[in-house]
Amino acid sequence: MSLTALTYLVVGATFVLYIYIAIKSRASSTGEFYVAGKGVHPVVNGMATAADWMSAASFISLAGLIAFMGYQGGQYLMGWTGGYVLLALLLAPYLRKFGKFTVPEFIGDRYYSQTARVVAVICLIFISFTYVAGQMRGVGIVFSRFLEVDIVTGLLVGMGIVFLYAVLGGMKGITYTQVAQYCVLIFAYTVPAVFISFQLTGNPIPQLGLGSELASEPGVHLLTKLDTIVQDLGFKGYLSTADISTLNIMCITIALMVGTAGLPHVIVRFFTVPKVKDARSSAGWALVFIALLYTTAPAVSVMARYNLINTVHPEITDTEITSLAYDERPEWMKRWEQTKLIQWNDSNNDNKIQSFNDKNKDFVDGVATDNGWVSDELKVDRDIMVLANPEIAKLPNWVIALVAAGGIAAALSTAAGLLLVISSSISHDLLRGTFAKNLSDKQELMAGRISAAVAVCVAGYLGYNPPGFVAQVIAFAFGLAASSLFPVIIMGIFSKRLNKEGAIAGMLTGLIFTMGYILYFKGVFFEPMAENIPENWLFGISPEGIGTVGMLLNFIVAFVISSFTSEPPEKIQEMVENIRVPKSN
Amino acid sequence: MSKNQLYWKANLALLFKCLIVWFLVSYGCGILLVDWLNNYQLFGSGYPLGFWFAQQGSIYAFVILIFYYVKKVNQLDKEFEVDE
Repeated sequence: MSLTALTYLVVGATFVLYIYIAIKSRASSTGEFYVAGKGVHPVVNGMATAADWMSAASFISLAGLIAFMGYQGGQYLMGWTGGYVLLALLLAPYLRKFGKFTVPEFIGDRYYSQTARVVAVICLIFISFTYVAGQMRGVGIVFSRFLEVDIVTGLLVGMGIVFLYAVLGGMKGITYTQVAQYCVLIFAYTVPAVFISFQLTGNPIPQLGLGSELASEPGVHLLTKLDTIVQDLGFKGYLSTADISTLNIMCITIALMVGTAGLPHVIVRFFTVPKVKDARSSAGWALVFIALLYTTAPAVSVMARYNLINTVHPEITDTEITSLAYDERPEWMKRWEQTKLIQWNDSNNDNKIQSFNDKNKDFVDGVATDNGWVSDELKVDRDIMVLANPEIAKLPNWVIALVAAGGIAAALSTAAGLLLVISSSISHDLLRGTFAKNLSDKQELMAGRISAAVAVCVAGYLGYNPPGFVAQVIAFAFGLAASSLFPVIIMGIFSKRLNKEGAIAGMLTGLIFTMGYILYFKGVFFEPMAENIPENWLFGISPEGIGTVGMLLNFIVAFVISSFTSEPPEKIQEMVENIRVPKSN
Repeated sequence: MSKNQLYWKANLALLFKCLIVWFLVSYGCGILLVDWLNNYQLFGSGYPLGFWFAQQGSIYAFVILIFYYVKKVNQLDKEFEVDE
């Protein structure tokens, strides 16, 4: 069977599974639609959370990102896992005890203010749409690369599937499809990694293989070898910590951790378990399932980059670097050249491929000139590190098909979770909670389904025609979640004194400061006002890490304003005391 | 102080302890002390220790930390009779 036919078969089979689950788990009440009736087992919820959390970017792009960053890639690994400690310890159990349906609802009730609730809805919608557009784009890209259809067809199919289980099943349908999607994506991610690790190091466990010696050169560790050969080609050492601003890497890591803990689509997953203690352990299980992929990713990064360099420059010694003749390139290179993810330009007309750091002037004037190299001839899209992995490891076609299904599963599961929080914030917070208070439960459920349907269409459109902010997901979604939502949620639990004036002022300060800073350097809606380089940054903090400063400002403003204004009402202080203990009175 | 307030105090102390570990394994070992730790290797492997903390160890520590907290706080719930 041809690869394309096989891919259709595998992806088609997973779709049948998702649709089957969607039909089996239709939601019949608002409780089921918003929080799956609060009856999800903590381990099952952990698995669903992992799929909810790990997006197309985690699956397709993370390993490639780290492969070219080396040590500093750790900021993403720590940042996108450490937030679960905050969730488990500081947020999830208390919000579960609060026992309502949405994050803005908590903010509105705790700060006894419709304004606070509406501000929270605005933050939530902006964060979630930025994020979901990237997911829909991811679906389209995977479809077009593996199934050879155009991006619109891919998007429409993806929208159709999400529509079925998000609109019909709500949170209940999403939960059980996410469990299935987790299984597909983790299997698809680890199988190629296990084989590559075994081929390179003789150790089938990638997390151990990464620290092992090379099978081809006993006595030489894989990490040391890669660290050396990238420097031989003029790049910065893989393990090197030189030229990294400690403050900046700290700020980025904090913004990602706190942002993770403040993302509404992650938080609401913990509303679905039966008890407070389930919410705590469920966050632990979520991290177990996430860690399976997140500890494999850095191994994939190193092994894929090593394989790539080793293919192009088979011998790298102190005296000589050999280059691969273009005519002798392996099959997988030919295949990915067709998709333009790999591009070769023979700048010195020697019919051989050279890949090196042509921005390193010393290297260009020295080694490169001595060898007759003109420029870096190989353009490699970073996503190739995951997408081409099975082919580089010479794995059978069904594994390649599986990677396609895994990428789609990762994108769909995250998209569905995001669409649900968007639709519930519209039907529950804006309509029933604010503008149409006399809706019946049945009407609200219908409103929820309609807003989910509209959100799917908007997301699809944004995925097809992505506005500039979609490319800045890391800065916008995490920075804004960290600087606007996280501080008011956590202070709502840990401070009885914080009042509505403080919370609203804090949220707006964090939001406006962070958004302003990002726009200042990234432009997005207009030309950037300053070049995005470390010399221009405030204290040397990049737009990706500025959410940390926004968060601090939010805390400070909220406390100062609160201390000058009146205490929250007695009733609210009692509510805070009540959510702090698991037992209900 | 009421029983609930005592429970909350005990919980805060436990949280504080856990968050210190959370900070140390990631920001401490993975970022602030990375250069010093990179002088050592994780026993029996080719991992420089600082690099290992940044890309592997901190994640394992997070998982252990959450389950440690869950176990301890569940005990507190029982001790102060505030469990569901």
